[in-house]
Amino acid sequence: MSQKKLAIIATKGTLDWAYPPYILASTAAALDYQVEVFFTFYGLQLLRKDLSVLKVSPLGNPGMPMKMPFGPKWFRGINWNVPNAIQALVPGYESFATAMMKQTIANNGVASIGDLRSLCQEAEVKFIACQMTVELFGFDHSDFIDGVEYAGAAAFFEFAGESDICLYL
Amino acid sequence: MNFDKELDARGLNCPLPILRCKKSLGELSAGQVLKVVATDPGAIKDFDAFSKQTGNELLSSAQAGGEFTFFIKKK
Repeated sequence: MSQKKLAIIATKGTLDWAYPPYILASTAAALDYQVEVFFTFYGLQLLRKDLSVLKVSPLGNPGMPMKMPFGPKWFRGINWNVPNAIQALVPGYESFATAMMKQTIANNGVASIGDLRSLCQEAEVKFIACQMTVELFGFDHSDFIDGVEYAGAAAFFEFAGESDICLYL
Repeated sequence: MNFDKELDARGLNCPLPILRCKKSLGELSAGQVLKVVATDPGAIKDFDAFSKQTGNELLSSAQAGGEFTFFIKKK
């Protein structure tokens, strides 16, 4: 049986949306898939050496439960339904929400993005950064981790065209 | 059941138990058995799927007191 192939396009640059591409890529690699991830637009943030740039914003996101990662069970169960107008006005609200989410992630035994990314690299998942958006956003190759290839849409199709699964995330 | 290596994946959540399992199997030779203990409730279906897709045989899958124990034979 020939090796299955998974192609992913990663386009989001927030802490929450950093998970799907790295979870699926690392898991597919563990299932013996050959995996390539093409990072474009905001997805480039997922390749940064400094992952502290990844934040989560509850502003304008009605699907995000706002629960505290500490205290007794009844307290953790409360959903803090803060109005958008207040979220927007309070300085540091996004950093606070990000810190709370990172604590929740740690409490639940969920891997950090840095760990999942390393696991992908150990499993030989190929990372390709879109050179056009690297330039568009004024990034330098030195902003990104080692082992990333820089290419364009045609290079993605070379692999994606032969893939068994192709995901846009 | 006899086993050659044990992996403690308790407290870890998806996809870490599977990733650690894959890594541990890499340290065994064909025919050797890996025991995995996990607490992730999704692990039952995930280990079954892992076994089917990679060809490493799932010898047994058991649940007791919120823990899941798997024995996997490396192909």
